Amino acid sequence: MADSVSEPIDYIERTRAQYEALGYPPYRWVVNEDVPPFTPLAKPLAECTVALIASGGIYRLGQKAFHFRDDVSFRAIDVDTPPAELRISHFAYDTRDARTDVNVVFPYQTLKDLARLGRIGALSQLAYTFMGGIYSARRVREALAPALANRLIRDEVDVSIMVPA
Amino acid sequence: MFIDFPLGHTAGKAGDKAGQRRIMIDTLSALDSIQVPGTIRALPYRWADTDDWKDSVMRPDGAGHHNDDRTSREAEPQYEREADRLAAEADGCPGCFFPES
Repeated sequence: MADSVSEPIDYIERTRAQYEALGYPPYRWVVNEDVPPFTPLAKPLAECTVALIASGGIYRLGQKAFHFRDDVSFRAIDVDTPPAELRISHFAYDTRDARTDVNVVFPYQTLKDLARLGRIGALSQLAYTFMGGIYSARRVREALAPALANRLIRDEVDVSIMVPA
Repeated sequence: MFIDFPLGHTAGKAGDKAGQRRIMIDTLSALDSIQVPGTIRALPYRWADTDDWKDSVMRPDGAGHHNDDRTSREAEPQYEREADRLAAEADGCPGCFFPES
């Protein structure tokens, strides 16, 4: 019986219980003590070039799929790629709906519509994707994140939307 | 932004173009309105009329067994379709980046 008040799932508690029941060592959560750096938008959204980054394991036909052992590689996907050429590889979520309508984890057509409607200035031509089931926070921090940041600087975007799966 | 939807639906429901658009408009508007680093906002949308879908997420099944729904963590590329492998081998992986760590 569901609660009458809608409460989010306590994934931390359920992960602890599940790992214990399955005989896994306890999951070691990343704790970030520092306040994240904050940069307010310098101009209206309607003038901003927005980049899309998604961690749902999206790749394009012709690209290598992701593997499932701390894969810190990423893919550049041209936002003019038709949805029929996009694929999903990820081990930790139910990918059926994403494979039906990739916009549920990679809202590139949604953002293109918003650019056409003038809500954002433009969607950056290249979106970036990776497979977010990476258990090494160090490798994300030291390899993946800086490489993605460098691409965004090179692409001269104003802001990026990051979509987990 | 937080959305209380099942994993794999962060940007909306499959085929629900209007809902997907609302989620993205709300998310973008946070760029204008959030002024404090680390702020988390909840989107007002619900997955279903009831929260019944949450009962089985990472919970024991009807027989009391805990199951790990994840697939095994293979070190080789996990293609959605076998034809993708052939296409990738032919194309040499354009737009692929392999940062060192």
